[in-house]
Amino acid sequence: MSLIVDCSDLPVLKPFRPRGTTYDEMYFVRWLASIPLLWVVCIAIALPGLALAQSGSASLTAWSSLWRWVPFLLTSGFLFNVVISLFAMAIGTALGIVLGLAQISRVSVIRRTAWFLTQLFRNSPWLVLLFIVLLAVPFQIEIFGQTIRIPAWMKAVLGLSLPIMANISEIVRGAVLSVPSGQWEASESLGFNRRQTLYEIILPQCFKRMIPPWMNWYAILTMATPLCSLLGVEEIITLSRQAMSAENNQPELLVPFYGFALICFFVYCYPIARLTIWLERRVSVKL
Amino acid sequence: MSTAQTTGHILGEPLVIIEDVRKSFGDLEVIKGISMSIRKGEVVCIIGPSGSGKSTLIRCINRLNEIDSGSIKVDGIEVNDPRLDTLKLRREVGIVFQQYNLFPHKTALENIMMAPLKVLREDRATVADRARALLKKVRLEGKENSYPGELSGGQQQRVAIARALAMRPEVMLFDEVTAALDPETVKEVLVTIKDLAADGMTCILVTHEMGFAREVADHIYFTDRGVIVEHGPPGTFFDQASDPRTKEFLSQIL
Repeated sequence: MSLIVDCSDLPVLKPFRPRGTTYDEMYFVRWLASIPLLWVVCIAIALPGLALAQSGSASLTAWSSLWRWVPFLLTSGFLFNVVISLFAMAIGTALGIVLGLAQISRVSVIRRTAWFLTQLFRNSPWLVLLFIVLLAVPFQIEIFGQTIRIPAWMKAVLGLSLPIMANISEIVRGAVLSVPSGQWEASESLGFNRRQTLYEIILPQCFKRMIPPWMNWYAILTMATPLCSLLGVEEIITLSRQAMSAENNQPELLVPFYGFALICFFVYCYPIARLTIWLERRVSVKL
Repeated sequence: MSTAQTTGHILGEPLVIIEDVRKSFGDLEVIKGISMSIRKGEVVCIIGPSGSGKSTLIRCINRLNEIDSGSIKVDGIEVNDPRLDTLKLRREVGIVFQQYNLFPHKTALENIMMAPLKVLREDRATVADRARALLKKVRLEGKENSYPGELSGGQQQRVAIARALAMRPEVMLFDEVTAALDPETVKEVLVTIKDLAADGMTCILVTHEMGFAREVADHIYFTDRGVIVEHGPPGTFFDQASDPRTKEFLSQIL
């Protein structure tokens, strides 16, 4: 009797390997974190060289004019992007937690409304949301006879916090549902009411697994802050454009200035992405 | 009224009275009219093939599942009363699950202390003392600060028993508590339950441990397809089973 097992006359079902990547809610940071650091260094070195090769000595002056603007672009520009992202994240997270908990409410009207709001803001284009907030919110409000101006950047913060809210809402809902039902039963049988169960037992267990997707959305949000330049908010892209026009709008300026903005975002978000993936691994090992 | 049985348990007044209970999940009727009465201090084992409604029945006793008709009374509390104060019932009835269901983010001691602290709002120092005493009772001294993930299945299950006891229940329900355990840790959990029964705790167990049932139970119920087929004291039940279904089940399992 022969013992050859890897060739057979019978039809054999080979293992099914789906092509391409499957859906992943953390695709963004996973992609960002997967960029090897070495590539980044190579590109950073090659980029000025590329620009030089394209437009010769004219680009040298372009790079030196960028150098003059760098402190301004960083402190007034990129720092403001960071401030906007932090505010939008804080507001979005606070609202998102409320909305996420409303999505698991036992009152069907609350649950359905929360679900609708979540889907609405999660699936709307961010720029459209920004414009709606810009046009819907008055530029000044009067409280107790005091006129308070609402600057455009605050509206931008509000506008960006809406999609964040909706996505955090989904993260909260998913995390709560991922806790085994035995935890609910155990705490119910010990006399906890629903509210106590949620706050004492369920949410503390969710917290750890919510952090990586939450950071994923923070990275996405930060990368989306240049949208605010369309509202006239003086963030890095707006300021870069202004700086370029101050330098007579020479086309050689485009690559250095926008390249610099790109590097700023990358330098800020890349460590966040690496940290997120590292945290995600730790959380999944622990549980 | 008190009578001493062969197990040595002192039996008192009926504590849990189940009358003609029916329960369906959708179209599937899993309990088709079950009645039983469990006296204070009595240890009752419910055995039977899987899917016979045993677990559902004991989960109905503390209202994790609601019954469709019939009545369950625990120490005078009507479980099926829509105006039931669930907390009152849950204080009377402790339950231990097959999958332990310990809170993974809390230490063994905190797991035991949580409900008395948050639900009964008792004083922290008293609760901590009681929790330590309970850990000692289930023979887990020194594991106070271990997280569930650091304990073996048998140890986790004993913490779960201590956690249920911390509410000072009148009745303890055990839902196949050894079914998920390694054979070598089954015994330590069974010993804990036996200690509990010897202390006079009223226990209702769903179990597949026939040897244990025979040793510790005052009364055995055999259920199949949602009805009680046969019941009796362990001696009579195991040696003189009369119904063919009981005989077949026992011949398969023993």
